[in-house]
Amino acid sequence: MKIVVCAKQVPDTTEVRIDPVKGTLIREGVPSILNPDDANALEAALAMKDQNPDTEVIVVTMGPPQAQYMLRECLAMGADSAILLSDRAFGGADTWATSHTIAAAIKKIGNVDLVLAGRQAIDGDTAQVGPQVAMRLGLPAVTYVQNIEIEGDMAKVQRQLELGYEVIEVKLPCLLTAVKELGEPRYMTIAGIVDAYEKEITLWGREDLGLDPSECGLKASPTRVFRSFTPPVKGKGEIFTGTADGMVRDLMVRLKEKHYI
Amino acid sequence: MEKDLTLYHGVWVFAEQRHGKLMQVAIELLGEGRKLADDIGTELCAVLLGEDVKDLTQELFAYGADKVYLAEDKELNTYRTDAYTKVITEAIKTYKPEIVLLGATHIGRDLGPNLAVEVDTGLTADCTRLEIDPEDKKLKQTRPAFGGNLMATIICPEHRPQMSTVRPGVMEKPSYQADRSGEIVTLKPEFKDGDIRTQVVEVVQDLKSAVSLTDAEFIVSGGKGLGNPEGFELLQQLADRLGGVVASSRAAVDEGWISPTHQVGQTGTTVKPKIYVACGISGAIQHLAGMQNSDVIIAININENAPIFEVATYGLVGDLYEVVPAMIEELDQLKVEEAY
Repeated sequence: MKIVVCAKQVPDTTEVRIDPVKGTLIREGVPSILNPDDANALEAALAMKDQNPDTEVIVVTMGPPQAQYMLRECLAMGADSAILLSDRAFGGADTWATSHTIAAAIKKIGNVDLVLAGRQAIDGDTAQVGPQVAMRLGLPAVTYVQNIEIEGDMAKVQRQLELGYEVIEVKLPCLLTAVKELGEPRYMTIAGIVDAYEKEITLWGREDLGLDPSECGLKASPTRVFRSFTPPVKGKGEIFTGTADGMVRDLMVRLKEKHYI
Repeated sequence: MEKDLTLYHGVWVFAEQRHGKLMQVAIELLGEGRKLADDIGTELCAVLLGEDVKDLTQELFAYGADKVYLAEDKELNTYRTDAYTKVITEAIKTYKPEIVLLGATHIGRDLGPNLAVEVDTGLTADCTRLEIDPEDKKLKQTRPAFGGNLMATIICPEHRPQMSTVRPGVMEKPSYQADRSGEIVTLKPEFKDGDIRTQVVEVVQDLKSAVSLTDAEFIVSGGKGLGNPEGFELLQQLADRLGGVVASSRAAVDEGWISPTHQVGQTGTTVKPKIYVACGISGAIQHLAGMQNSDVIIAININENAPIFEVATYGLVGDLYEVVPAMIEELDQLKVEEAY
């Protein structure tokens, strides 16, 4: 079985801070990581490979050249090969253009049985690229997948809902997007890290994918960022200190005064 | 690829229903859609798909819809990506709305991206604010990015419809006007073999963890500062006194102390209760994004520099295991006083 895992290198948004004076994002010193949901998708692919060593796991990402470090991490976890889609023409892509480029790469890889992606990336949180890649490839897709069983050419998956889940059957080839519950990603091993540097990362640009400049990046993106700003912070309220009993009594006075309770 | 934008009219709301009941977010979207339609000077339409769901049209009119596009078929009983995408894509291509809004539920976030590719337009996910530009009547869609650290206003200048998913619990629910009525346009879906490529073989409802955070007036929420899963039992006692429910931050969910259905924040539920009590929650921006519109925020944290105090109406600097029992005692005392 040939599995493609779509991954993205993202800034660790839990480490992002706002410059209190300028009100802008401080990106310096923010570590870049493998997007968490994508790590769950990769884990699912590697678990299938553990069960069936004939499985080939290929990781694909679109991003700037430094995304290769994230691909090395994926290789060190156990992926067989990695492809970096990088080209100035891909810059400024929204989900429409990103999904178009990634779909072109998966077509070029050819004969893929299963595409796995994370549900969403923590920098954009859109959850759009996965299903849009499937649509462009003409593949059925199931999003929010928390469990996968493959039998022959059928996948039986659990799709997470707000309360509970659905059990869905879908024929391969298909695309599935992973949530955290799909499985804790494994750590890189020392041997894996050594191996990772012997494996090659393939670089594909726009021309390798046979795409016209008008189909890529900002030019192909229907949406535009009109403006961005830091969210307004609510005015600071009243702070109580001292003993627990004292603070709670003060609090109750306020809540009663304002008829909150 | 150039589109004649003047051909597109009307604001559409996806009237998501499950088991024959409208989702709260669909009603919230009707309220928001009504405002947008009035600002543009156009009609508000609901798109309702299901099996035997015609009765819901009255509710849609009462909440502000002028028109309902209705598709009923046994294949539409339970949401499936292919079936819903096909029916709504055909409707969009035929009737050309200028705006399409969907709830950012597990269904809306699955359906939206598929529709956007099929009708060749942009989609802005998880919007928290929508407005019509008074100059050009285009839709300005504001959403959090970078885990809520940054807000971005997105436009879709040259493609139609302009599509957004909107977070549940963010928009105001409109009032119910029982005497409103409107027009029903019946869509006639036809499905061929192979059109629907997924089979739902089972739906498992997890009612044990069914907490309605979006509707709760009082929420007592716990974070990593609880230190252990048993801490939630104490919070439950406080929630019981207030007639509220227990929620949590992502950190507590990640520790495995409580199920993800309780999670408030960027990747969880957005809540707007009367009182939100944050216990041992440091206040990561992802969490704030989901609760900062609460009427009153009471923060209890041992660290006086915790960011949660920046948004708190009342901050109590202390050990939650002392403060929360003191609150429970005070509330019990209050009940005794009221009894006299």
